[in-house]
Amino acid sequence: MTDSDEALLEGLRAGDEAAFSALVSRYQPRLLRVAESLVSNRAVAEEVVQDTWIGVVRGVHRFEGRSSVKTWMFRILVNRARSAGGREVRSLPVDDDDVLEGRFAPSGAWSDPPEPWSDAVDDRIVAEKLAVRVKQCLPRLSAAQRQVVTLRDIEGVGADEVCDLLQISAGNQRVLLHRAHARLRDLLDAEMKGT
Amino acid sequence: MLFRRRRALVCRDAVAMVTDYLEGALAAPDRERLEAHLSACPHCSAYLEQIRQTIAAAGRVAPDDLSPEALDDLVALYRNWRGT
Repeated sequence: MTDSDEALLEGLRAGDEAAFSALVSRYQPRLLRVAESLVSNRAVAEEVVQDTWIGVVRGVHRFEGRSSVKTWMFRILVNRARSAGGREVRSLPVDDDDVLEGRFAPSGAWSDPPEPWSDAVDDRIVAEKLAVRVKQCLPRLSAAQRQVVTLRDIEGVGADEVCDLLQISAGNQRVLLHRAHARLRDLLDAEMKGT
Repeated sequence: MLFRRRRALVCRDAVAMVTDYLEGALAAPDRERLEAHLSACPHCSAYLEQIRQTIAAAGRVAPDDLSPEALDDLVALYRNWRGT
């Protein structure tokens, strides 16, 4: 049986190296991909994640269980990323947000409507391919969009917690999510047409 | 603004409401207008379905594998941290 996050944290509190090792196995790759959305490059992201582990080890006695272990660790990560100069403006393509520009007639009706995706989208192999494509496309989102998508859709953190972590309003979060989904849909659409 | 509220949605508006709809952030009258539009508009329905598929695809993005070296490095650091 796999130990729960809480059980592993309990082990860590007792100084159990195996518990630390299990936590790292479970969370290192996930912390890294969130870190990559917060800072500008992989090397900085790796440093931030290492700092996060220090924060986890040193702060384990202060964890009160008011949030999930995952959210607690993401909070440490976000704080470390900020002190490491996270959220710096990145050299990203201009955030030309409206990927649907030109798809509507002056009346507001579709002039170039979306073509339904084939039923193949439900196929496991195709689904895997789309997930890989999403991952490849993340760098093409604006930094803020990528942060929201990574936490909400990929890591499954709730809307309220994401707003709290990123210190954005609920409305702002939905705008970022909306634009990110529109862009990702557009990129997956090209993929689906190719299948 | 009453006349605006009762006006039927055009596709551009419907698409703009999709995220608030999926997030449960639409007020009941707006939700009803959107659902009325969706039931009559195959294009917007297809768009909404694709947004759902997009979210599902993002939910399946797997984390990278952790290399044994990276794990060993962190465990070595842990021994240092704990020792201090």
